[in-house]
Amino acid sequence: MKASVRLKVRRQDNPKSTPYWESFEIPYRQHLNVINLLMAIQENPVNEHGQKVAPVVWECSCLEEVCGSCTMIINGKVRQSCSALVDQFEQPIVLEPMSKFPVVRDLRVDRRAMFETLKKIQGWVNIDGYFNLGPGPVLDEKIRMKCYEYSRCMTCGCCCEACPQFNSRSPFIGAFAFGQVHLFNSHPVGKFDEARRLDSIMGMGGLADCGNAQNCLRACPKNIPLPDAIAELGWTTTKRAVTRFFKE
Amino acid sequence: MTIANPRIIIVGGGLAGLMSAIKICEKGVPVSIFSVVPVKRSHSVCAQGGINAAINTKGEGDSIEQHIFDTIYGGDFLAQQEPVKKLCEAAPGIVYMYDRMGVMFSRTPEGRLDLRLFGGVKNRRTLFAGGTTGQQLMYALDEQVRKFESRGLIKKFEGWEFTSIVKDHEGRCRGITAINLATMEEHVFRADAVIMGVGGYGQLYGKATNSTHCNGSAASACFQQGATLANIEMVQFHPTTIPGDDKVRLISEAVRGEGGRVWTYKDGKPWYFLEEWYPAYGNTVPRDVAARAIWKVVKDMKLGVKGEDVVYLDVTHIDPDELERKLGGVLEIYSKFVGVDPKRVPMKIFPGVHYSMGGFYVDFDHMTSVPGLFACGECDYQYHGANRLGANSLLSATFSGFETGPSALNYAKNLAKSCESIPAAVFDDEHQLQIEINKKLVGMNGKENPHQLKKELTETMMENVGVVRFNDKLKKADEKIIELMQRFYACGIQDNGAWANDELLFMRTLHNQFILGRAVVGAALARDESRGSHYKPDFPNRDDVNWMKTTKASYTTDGPKFDYEPVEPIHIKPIVRRYDVAPAKTVDE
Ligand SMILES: Cc1cc2nc3c(=O)[nH]c(=O)nc-3n(C[C@H](O)[C@H](O)[C@H](O)COP(=O)(O)OP(=O)(O)OC[C@H]3O[C@@H](n4cnc5c(N)ncnc54)[C@H](O)[C@@H]3O)c2cc1C
Ligand code: FES
Repeated sequence: MKASVRLKVRRQDNPKSTPYWESFEIPYRQHLNVINLLMAIQENPVNEHGQKVAPVVWECSCLEEVCGSCTMIINGKVRQSCSALVDQFEQPIVLEPMSKFPVVRDLRVDRRAMFETLKKIQGWVNIDGYFNLGPGPVLDEKIRMKCYEYSRCMTCGCCCEACPQFNSRSPFIGAFAFGQVHLFNSHPVGKFDEARRLDSIMGMGGLADCGNAQNCLRACPKNIPLPDAIAELGWTTTKRAVTRFFKE
Repeated sequence: MTIANPRIIIVGGGLAGLMSAIKICEKGVPVSIFSVVPVKRSHSVCAQGGINAAINTKGEGDSIEQHIFDTIYGGDFLAQQEPVKKLCEAAPGIVYMYDRMGVMFSRTPEGRLDLRLFGGVKNRRTLFAGGTTGQQLMYALDEQVRKFESRGLIKKFEGWEFTSIVKDHEGRCRGITAINLATMEEHVFRADAVIMGVGGYGQLYGKATNSTHCNGSAASACFQQGATLANIEMVQFHPTTIPGDDKVRLISEAVRGEGGRVWTYKDGKPWYFLEEWYPAYGNTVPRDVAARAIWKVVKDMKLGVKGEDVVYLDVTHIDPDELERKLGGVLEIYSKFVGVDPKRVPMKIFPGVHYSMGGFYVDFDHMTSVPGLFACGECDYQYHGANRLGANSLLSATFSGFETGPSALNYAKNLAKSCESIPAAVFDDEHQLQIEINKKLVGMNGKENPHQLKKELTETMMENVGVVRFNDKLKKADEKIIELMQRFYACGIQDNGAWANDELLFMRTLHNQFILGRAVVGAALARDESRGSHYKPDFPNRDDVNWMKTTKASYTTDGPKFDYEPVEPIHIKPIVRRYDVAPAKTVDE
């Protein structure tokens, strides 16, 4: 049995400082996940040379892959660290912060840009108020199941990290946004604002900037069929462009 | 005089916090929301099973009266009956609101809202969105909040941790202090009313089904500043959790509701002990009952599977497609974290800390004992008594937010003086105090490792304040926490940096947890009876004469002090609670 786990972390003290690598040895136990390793460092922050260092900083909350907080790059692939079981990785396990978002410290990054995008695309159903107006529209379970796939998006950023078009030099808003537009436009009431949502993704950084690499599909921890949403929106935005040109 | 544009602060961005924000914005009044995590990542996303509302669409004769009865009976007659009544009456309206917001609730063939069975009830009453109901509800409120945010009515402070309230000379809450988790700057904010929606305190036990931010730190800080806490000895252990190193992970009660069976081997043959002991409810007995049964089978009868502290939860007899449709998200957690497919192999489970029934003492307007400080969601105490029924807390979190928003607004509007006219010194003093605390903590360089103390604290809680409680062990637990508090002053902080220093917050939380822990232990020690989740073999029965009372804990520098307030059974008279036969009286009769 392995006595210890080797871990290599790309560290950065603050947004302006230079990143550096630091390695750790952590006693092996069964059923460890990557967050267990980071917790072990937190309890006993000593690097492989036996030097006391500042504990590694990261983000986590639910620890069951449903909140999206703990996303990072593990052995070169972006994913949630709470569900990354140590036994399934080659060692040393290499941890890096997501590269497409500004680093706050060590493995913690600032993903506020994604939430701003959700504002831009108007990712909500406009309702009359918060009183009891009776049930919503009847919905075919088949459509419900399709929509549910998109409504599980945790805004974790995996699709952005994996996408060649998404980076600090480009205004591309990221594939998750299209999944959300598709979701709200599929809802019987959400549909009422379809045009506005389509307009929001027809400009710079929008749908047209997608290079169709389909990395988003492979990177999504919830297997959300983002390319389907993109394909569907390709068609509806085209129709929308025609309407805008001739009728508005 | 009335205040036209009061300032309102909400701490916590789970269902309760966001719902209260929405209800205030709806009136055109702006609010600020503070949350450790981006609100969309709040703990409410973890809820799997569903949300209760007696919409009676299955021809089972379900009713609001029955929902009220089940909630009060399930809570072993410690819940506040008037708020429970309002909660159950509002439930259908609340799920319809979520439905209109676009929550992808599972549907019937006709396209209507589907219902499933949950524990402690006889009728199907639980709406669900696959196996991720909490996430779906959380996202719906997050979206509505974003709408108000884009209209300038909501300002979010995400990545900020609440540190204390500010009280004026009359003892009213007039604002908060909070620390920015990146820059580590401590700030003070004025407010006419403050709403706490900070969730439960499961992390006091270390391993819980809760998210990491459910640590009780904010509630403890308010407690130390004069807020009364109630029924904090009532901590729910969920019967079916996956044991783990970093946390225990929940396997939703929905699994039993959809036909999952609990068993272990006895004399070489499968033994379905819940079905044998509780024929009237079988596997869907309430959580406290199921947790104690599993505890007994494993700890007393030593019949855990292969001698380990686990029993089986089995769905292998159910059609895999149906499992996928109704429980996909839930079963996925098991396969992801254990690496075994529960559709083919029975799951191994054991009870784990899950929910805090106790919390801030509040009046029926959700105001705490500190004027101007309100509380809602898992951090208030009034809806679930001594045991919460499954799928009732997404409901109570939403409903209490519904109530708290308008009532805080009403309070703020009717204040004689606005927070703007409170002398600056009131705010500066509290601000300075918190800055000093941070300085002291960052400068700590003793030998004790704070993480070791945390470990000892959580082990103490788990060992002595768990499913089964004894007075001598509770006394020892209190002594242990006092010892830990003394050792705290000899701690060395692991990080004294001035940027994104999580260790500073860890130290703050730990200290607050000691104080909260003592209050939980003290409340458990005092209550010499067995009721709901609180079980003492030396006092095996419920004692309504002496103990049908709310525990009210207040802070003193010498330790927690307890007072009691009788619970008025204004709607449902207490009867013996048992699940081997159907209750002596349900509302149908
Ligand atoms: C695994 C699991 C499954 C569950 N399943 C169900 C279910 O099926 N049905 C059901 O009805 N209930 C269920 N529950 C219970 C239910 O999810 C919770 O009780 C409910 O979501 C609590 O909501 P809340 O708004 O009170 O708090 P939370 O969602 O816990 O939110 C707390 C908020 O407070 C913030 N916060 C905390 N401390 C601070 C601080 N110091 N400063 C600033 N912000 C702070 C956090 O950032 C967060 O935004 C489940 C619970 C768990 C653990
Ligand atoms: S901590 Fe929530 S997804 Fe990993």
